[in-house]
Amino acid sequence: MKIIDPVAVYTLWLRDVTRFFRARSRVIGSLGMPFFFLAFLGTGMKSYIALPDAAPGVEYLDFLMPGIIAMILLFGSIVSGLVVIWDRQFGFLKEIMITPVSRVSIVLGRTAGGTTTALIQAIIMLILSVFIGAKITGGVVGVIVAIGFMILISAGFVALGIAFASLIDDMSGFQLVMNFLVFPLFLLSGAMFPPQNLPPWMGALTYADPLTYGVDALRGCLIGPSMMVLPMWVDFTVLLGFTVSMVLLSVFLFNRVEVD
Amino acid sequence: MTVIVTESTTKRFGDLVAVDNISFSIEDGELFGLLGPNGAGKTTLLKMLSTLLRPTGGSAHVCGYDVQRQQDDVRRCIGMTFQDPSTDTELTGRENLDFHARMYGMSRELRKARLKEVMMLVELEDKIDVQLKNYSEGMRRRLEIARGLMHHPQVLFLDEPTVGLDAQTRRKIWDYIKDLNRRENVTVIITTHYMDEADYLCSRVAIIDRGRIIAIDTPEKLKDSIGVDIVSLRIDDGIDTFVDRVKTIEWIEELKQHDGYVDLCVKNGDTVIPKLISIANDEGVLVSSVNLRSPTLEDVFLQYTGKTIREEEADGGAHARAVMRVHMKRMRRSAGRKSR
Repeated sequence: MKIIDPVAVYTLWLRDVTRFFRARSRVIGSLGMPFFFLAFLGTGMKSYIALPDAAPGVEYLDFLMPGIIAMILLFGSIVSGLVVIWDRQFGFLKEIMITPVSRVSIVLGRTAGGTTTALIQAIIMLILSVFIGAKITGGVVGVIVAIGFMILISAGFVALGIAFASLIDDMSGFQLVMNFLVFPLFLLSGAMFPPQNLPPWMGALTYADPLTYGVDALRGCLIGPSMMVLPMWVDFTVLLGFTVSMVLLSVFLFNRVEVD
Repeated sequence: MTVIVTESTTKRFGDLVAVDNISFSIEDGELFGLLGPNGAGKTTLLKMLSTLLRPTGGSAHVCGYDVQRQQDDVRRCIGMTFQDPSTDTELTGRENLDFHARMYGMSRELRKARLKEVMMLVELEDKIDVQLKNYSEGMRRRLEIARGLMHHPQVLFLDEPTVGLDAQTRRKIWDYIKDLNRRENVTVIITTHYMDEADYLCSRVAIIDRGRIIAIDTPEKLKDSIGVDIVSLRIDDGIDTFVDRVKTIEWIEELKQHDGYVDLCVKNGDTVIPKLISIANDEGVLVSSVNLRSPTLEDVFLQYTGKTIREEEADGGAHARAVMRVHMKRMRRSAGRKSR
């Protein structure tokens, strides 16, 4: 047996993508909250929040936009990873586990599928944000590099979702992850406010949050370097390390999943 | 050729022994039944043979491969239909089967041809592109059987294939199973707690109770081992003449007379009926109806365990199942276990 079986990875990816395009109302639903955040919070706070370090012309709406995209990536990715719990509940996990496919391929297929669907949502949001009035000053190159970062961010959090799904086996565990992991990760990431000048304890938490580096990099790509807190190569290195270790962790934990 | 061999296969969940030292073998092309009450260990045994659970003792080989050391070889040569649904209801029939076929590395041409073949076999060819959420329970079950056959397995495991289905659908699924066993020459192993199902379908049956095989043979031989049939004759006129004539015959083991009926306990009731009728004719007695009741597998289970299957499910079985669930959950969380 091949450790990484490309056909199996593709098969699992295809399933996720097929399901994604079939559930349009779910997609629209999941984009609703971030859209309103950006449209109402971004526009509403624009005139009250001054960004002294920002380059001329960069307003709160622009500042918030990469943060909201990171939010979509975070939520979309973790939920796709946690779909393993649904698959267990509805029995499809047994069908996956009985096939002669390495568990590594299963994790990679899932990760590829979840990353793709989260990425599609993030790009839709990016387009919508232009209509709301956010300014993408990074140009085409900025957007392309941003998409690269989106893939990296998303893959890491899909894998984290799979890792959690391998440990918990019911829906109540899902709520726990959402409320005690996903929301803090989002709020501490600097998506909504600059992470500088925070009280030291909160500042430390901010830098322990992998999403902080994602938000920082996306900001650098999309609205220019004026609001970045770290050099982009640091963001990249941390995110790469995070994603690789999450994939390894999820492979390790998923290997131990037993279906009954 | 022998396709399945188990040697003292055992599965413990903590203190509970779900499968206790089971040794048996299954030949190529058999339609083999594991019959027993819920919680008897049938499904656990099936899951060990299909590599979903690891035995805690003994060994088992499927198609010549060790279920613990050659899991992928075993997985490649088996197909399985689970007791609970295991399809993706968001996907269509075709997508579910394609998913399966791709995971088994089947080529596009092979996949296409086979998809048609198996969907015809289970008579779902006109539902291929319908999403599974619009399938009925029976259709979904048939699709799962078709899926299990996609990759030409040598051995097909069916875990309680007709549980919760209406009588008409059950009968249909039985016929599919019989048919594919013949036509595809696939060895079929089913678990069931329905006596009639095992009796109708299986060429050989192992009766399992509390993790052990208590009897294993063809349904006919198992029933024969009980010994007698009951032949009941209705005689409106001349019943005493008839009773006087037959009561000394040695192949009649017991005779009971009650309101117009004569009940006779005999061996091989079906061959005895013509003799009884001709005796009645000789005596000028008119038999107005004949009823032959053969022993069922239920009687076999009763004989070996002293309980009916339902009684067993009510006390031992239900308990075992509850304990097993608790243990399974605990296992999954505990760090020391590996499934693959």
